[in-house]
Amino acid sequence: MSRLDETFEALGPDDKAMGLFLTDGFPNPDATVPLLHAIDRGGADFIELGMPFSDPLAEGRPIQRASAQALSHDVTLGDTLHTVEAFREDSDTPLLLMGYVNPVFKYGVDGFCRDAAKAGVDGLILPDLPPQESDALCDAAAAHGLDLVFLIAPNTSDDRIRVVDQRATGFVYAVSVTGLTGSDLAETPSVEEYLMHAEDLVDRNPLLVGFGIKTHDDAMELSRHTDGFIVGSALINHVAALWEPPEQSVPDRLDEVEAFARHLKSGAPAPAPPPRPAQG
Amino acid sequence: MSAPATTSRPDALPDTDGHFGSYGGAYVPETLTPVLEELKAAYDTYKDDPDFQADLRALLADYAGRPTPLTYCDRLTEQAGGARIYAKREDLCHTGAHKINNTLGQILLATRMGKERIIAETGAGQHGVATATVCAKFGVDCVIYMGAEDMERQRLNVERMELLGAEVRAATSGSQTLKEATNEAIRDWVSNPDDTFYIIGSVVGPHPYPMMVRNFHRVIGTETRRQLREETGRETPDAIAACVGGGSNAIGIFHPFLDDPEVQLHGTEAAGGGLDGDHAATLAEGSPGVLHGAMSYLLQDDTGQVSLAHSLSAGLDYPGVGPEHAHLRDEGRVTYHPVTDDEALDGVELLSRTEGIIPALETAHAVALLPELARNLAEERGEDAVLVFNCSGRGDKDMQTIAAHR
Repeated sequence: MSRLDETFEALGPDDKAMGLFLTDGFPNPDATVPLLHAIDRGGADFIELGMPFSDPLAEGRPIQRASAQALSHDVTLGDTLHTVEAFREDSDTPLLLMGYVNPVFKYGVDGFCRDAAKAGVDGLILPDLPPQESDALCDAAAAHGLDLVFLIAPNTSDDRIRVVDQRATGFVYAVSVTGLTGSDLAETPSVEEYLMHAEDLVDRNPLLVGFGIKTHDDAMELSRHTDGFIVGSALINHVAALWEPPEQSVPDRLDEVEAFARHLKSGAPAPAPPPRPAQG
Repeated sequence: MSAPATTSRPDALPDTDGHFGSYGGAYVPETLTPVLEELKAAYDTYKDDPDFQADLRALLADYAGRPTPLTYCDRLTEQAGGARIYAKREDLCHTGAHKINNTLGQILLATRMGKERIIAETGAGQHGVATATVCAKFGVDCVIYMGAEDMERQRLNVERMELLGAEVRAATSGSQTLKEATNEAIRDWVSNPDDTFYIIGSVVGPHPYPMMVRNFHRVIGTETRRQLREETGRETPDAIAACVGGGSNAIGIFHPFLDDPEVQLHGTEAAGGGLDGDHAATLAEGSPGVLHGAMSYLLQDDTGQVSLAHSLSAGLDYPGVGPEHAHLRDEGRVTYHPVTDDEALDGVELLSRTEGIIPALETAHAVALLPELARNLAEERGEDAVLVFNCSGRGDKDMQTIAAHR
């Protein structure tokens, strides 16, 4: 049983698993490991660590910018694996790498899965790798004991949801909107209908929902029919805003990130929201 | 021994999932999978539908101006001193380039599918103009994504698109060229999958685009075949040359000749300032990778980040290339040649002065190769050898750039 499976297994009947996404190397390479520990302390049940890519097609502005910022520090896949190793020295929280296939292909699918597993990675999420192109990666991930998560969207057909559920391990990632990460949430009735339907069809894996969740209330609303939820862009925006004013100390910033994670998970009062980073 | 050539080749590739050998496919976010399936089903229905084909033929003839002439270039032939050179005059198509063949095909498909909004990416602006044109003709909303730098160097085409009623949106990230414009168009599409049709401008992107766009441009090659027969009594030339960015005009003229092994096929890529500097020579210097939904050759660094391409020609300034070209390169069926900015500028002048045809900078990359090709062909096959090049676009849009470099 994978570390991710154990995490879902250990949830109480009304508990929702919380996955939090941060881009490696954002806002700078030294910040990532302390940030991962901060969200870990704040109650993340698992972590998604973003592998920066030059052309992140499914991302809205926050994660695009985080990715570009990380790449301005020349962060590579090798560096990301070192980040995981460093995090693993002090934490057993499941960690998945999330990113685009090209750097993984360039690294070499089998070598990448081997090195990722060795570094302490539990699974992979590659939004531009659909099931029908994933044979080699599925084999390599299985050979090295990594979970491979696939996604569904509101317009995914029933047959395809079943295919995704067959092929996925770890969980199935239900994208809440037909849109980019960080999109505004769609009208509640339609999202709820879609997630209820997905809940019926996905029976081999836990079902988690993500994209557009910004608060604890969003998370509770959306995860009524899922085993948990994932937050990325809202956390990235929070971190970006905290790192902008130069006068705040790093420990204070990390405390605020931890408090934001705790808010998302349990509804604990949110820290005073920092001013939004400049758009554009 | 190689397998015998079959006449079914045009339908043989790609396979049902869009693969040309190990290239192609559909590497897209899940939201786009049902959209691509819907598109594939619609294309499969209409490609053999007599009404659809009749509408397309009529538009190509009465609106785009097809067939385009095959012009014998006597003074260029004389100056090059080799094979007889013919120009397939796609520059005479409505809007000034071959791009309209594809946009007419796709707008017919889009309107039959009931889509109400069109988006497209553009580099040089030729595809953007061709898309804005058909949207005006069909009365459909149109948004064109264009790199901010390209908007600067192709100001005239921006004005044309706006005059045609399109909204031109600037892509401001990264190199601010065709790659970023394509990223933004795909993001728009992911966000509006129900009502929006994405008219991709080259033989790139996820399946079925590389196949569909190729098939809409095959008319270039099939006309060439017929015109050669009428003009010279022979159906096949000794060689064909065309420029390759994404590769749509090249595949359009090459494809009907792929099964004629005696026809040499030459593609020219943008070598920018030279292969040791900044360039866009994807097939010469790239390696297999995934960008914009397909596996193909890609300019990338050794960690898999996509490199910035460079070419004076905005239409070739792209770090990827169509997956079928990647396959044809590996097969050895097509030879791809890098051509620098300076050589292309010489090509502009050569065709202008000898034939009175000012070619687009993209096209000039093919022109630049002609003298050498013509001489080699004459040596190998005699003075009667025939060399056809795809004169894919006219140079008016590039006058500012050309003037700045003369």
